[in-house]
Amino acid sequence: MDNSIEIDHLSTYFYTEEGAVKAVDDVSFRVPLGQTVCIVGESGCGKSVTAMSIMGLVEEPGGKVISGKIDFSGEDLLKLDKHSLRSIRGNEIAMIFQEPMSSLNPVMKIGEQIMEPLIIHLKMSKKQARTRAIELIEQVGISRPEQIADSYPHELSGGMLQRIMIAIAISCNPKLLIADEPTTALDVTIQAQILDMLRDIKTNSNMSILLITHDLGVVAEMADYVIVMYSGKIVEEGEVVELFERPKHPYTKGLLKSKPIINQRLEELYSIPGQVPNPLDLQESCYFHDRCEQCMSICQTKQPQLQEVGTQQKVACWLYEEAVAHV
Amino acid sequence: MITTPTKLVNAKRTKDSPVKSSLFRQSIRKLSKNKLAVSGFVVVILMFVACFIGPLFSPYTDNKINMAMMNKAPHLKHWLGTDALGRDVLTRVLLAGRISLTVGLASMMLSVFIGSLLGALAGYYRGIVDQIIMRIADLLLTIPSLPLLFIFGALLSEWKIPTDYRMYIVMLMLSFVGWPGLARMVRGQMLSLREREFMQAAVVLGLRDRRKLFNHLLPNIVPLLIVIATLNIGGAILSESVLSFFGLGVMPPTPTWGNMIDAANNMIDFQERPWLWIPPGFSIFATVIAINIFGDGLRDVLDPKQKR
Repeated sequence: MDNSIEIDHLSTYFYTEEGAVKAVDDVSFRVPLGQTVCIVGESGCGKSVTAMSIMGLVEEPGGKVISGKIDFSGEDLLKLDKHSLRSIRGNEIAMIFQEPMSSLNPVMKIGEQIMEPLIIHLKMSKKQARTRAIELIEQVGISRPEQIADSYPHELSGGMLQRIMIAIAISCNPKLLIADEPTTALDVTIQAQILDMLRDIKTNSNMSILLITHDLGVVAEMADYVIVMYSGKIVEEGEVVELFERPKHPYTKGLLKSKPIINQRLEELYSIPGQVPNPLDLQESCYFHDRCEQCMSICQTKQPQLQEVGTQQKVACWLYEEAVAHV
Repeated sequence: MITTPTKLVNAKRTKDSPVKSSLFRQSIRKLSKNKLAVSGFVVVILMFVACFIGPLFSPYTDNKINMAMMNKAPHLKHWLGTDALGRDVLTRVLLAGRISLTVGLASMMLSVFIGSLLGALAGYYRGIVDQIIMRIADLLLTIPSLPLLFIFGALLSEWKIPTDYRMYIVMLMLSFVGWPGLARMVRGQMLSLREREFMQAAVVLGLRDRRKLFNHLLPNIVPLLIVIATLNIGGAILSESVLSFFGLGVMPPTPTWGNMIDAANNMIDFQERPWLWIPPGFSIFATVIAINIFGDGLRDVLDPKQKR
């Protein structure tokens, strides 16, 4: 099998008093073995919920994975029972969260928290686990590992904690690492270090990474393949170089245009006009139509489907539907 | 040449590295600055020492009835006088303290155990488990605890439970009425803690519920538990005294502070022989006040959010 994980027509809804919110709406993609796939999009576009759905973190009542299939090494994660799911989580799929400060238990020592998955999944003894934990701390580039293992999370900086999170995540040599905005809460210099480290780890252990971010700089740095999400749907996906050089969807173009360029002081930074539509009253239309510069009449009445355009690139936009273009 | 600097660094590290100042040490340091709390703590400790060690030095521990020494006012041989059966009041107050403090401590531990376990389960699993546990707790909370304890006490007398066992049953009774309030508080904490990001991280690590509950969640509320537990001891001692005072708790001849103050029920004893009821009364007063002051100080240190 050449895919680490394959997501097939995944839909996750949240039920609110005003109605159902389609946080993730019919999303399909795959993460090839040993590659990094990035999901990009603004806040609220459903990228985190996609990750949560994969890990089974969407909790009922409130949210529910409505339909779809998440194929991980031949098994559908959505159909697994609690026990088998537990043995996959942390063991074969690991996850890093956005806020390292709050993702570690404040009353447990760092060492103990790294030891936990080792003891549970790899059935190590406490002593072995401790030795391994200290190795891991060293591996993520923290000096004085013994001392760090005996300290509490509040005694470390954000960057160090994110390294610890990574140490925990890679402790069982997972096949897939999901990183949900791993560098958002960190400052830029630390960001680069963390990303470098993730890349090294990936190449050394042949792990796949599903990276969720809103930072196009991170995407350019890390991704092999990019998925652009908007309002719970994939609007464009493609190989990273291709997508950055020849973005197809007006939204992707807008995103790329609104990225500040260093050494270039513009009067005003470009921003996509308008707001993300209210997820409660989405019409049968292209969700982007009221912010789109190239909006056509069909965009307001029908939703475009994800279509292959060129090699390795897909886009959901009426501009590229040849049949429509001819009408 | 090389060893000297490393040694220096190491020495410095052990002296004031952040690793050394755990929450526990910090709390003790902060607590020791609170004079009132410290004095409360000292009184409690003195009380314990006096009650558990004091009687060893008394020649009257056999509780023998001595008709020649009935109702004697305090004098050199009997520092706090003697009671109607010629027993030494000081010795009895100390022995009573053993029982009262033990009952207070034990029933506190039991109610903290039950309360935190049930509260944790309710808050963690929510849904039907929560409903069942919390409705039982609500039911117990709606019934005023004193009448409930009286009914239990009356039942115990009715069933003629041997006096030796009554002490243990009183402990059970007190923890039975003590756990609901605690369970409520623990549940509230659990509800908010379980949504925190580190618990999501724990789910993602594939941990079992038991591990999440006892290794990850409960340690987070230990400070709260310590505070409540401390304050609970005072309450339990008080309840036990009330019960025993009414003759529904621990029965004589086993002395407790509560059944010793019973002497105040008798008009003559009350007016003429204050040495019979003032010492146990003062012991209850001092202990409970001291525990509460200490508990308040603890709360300021461990649980600053709860400050009114």
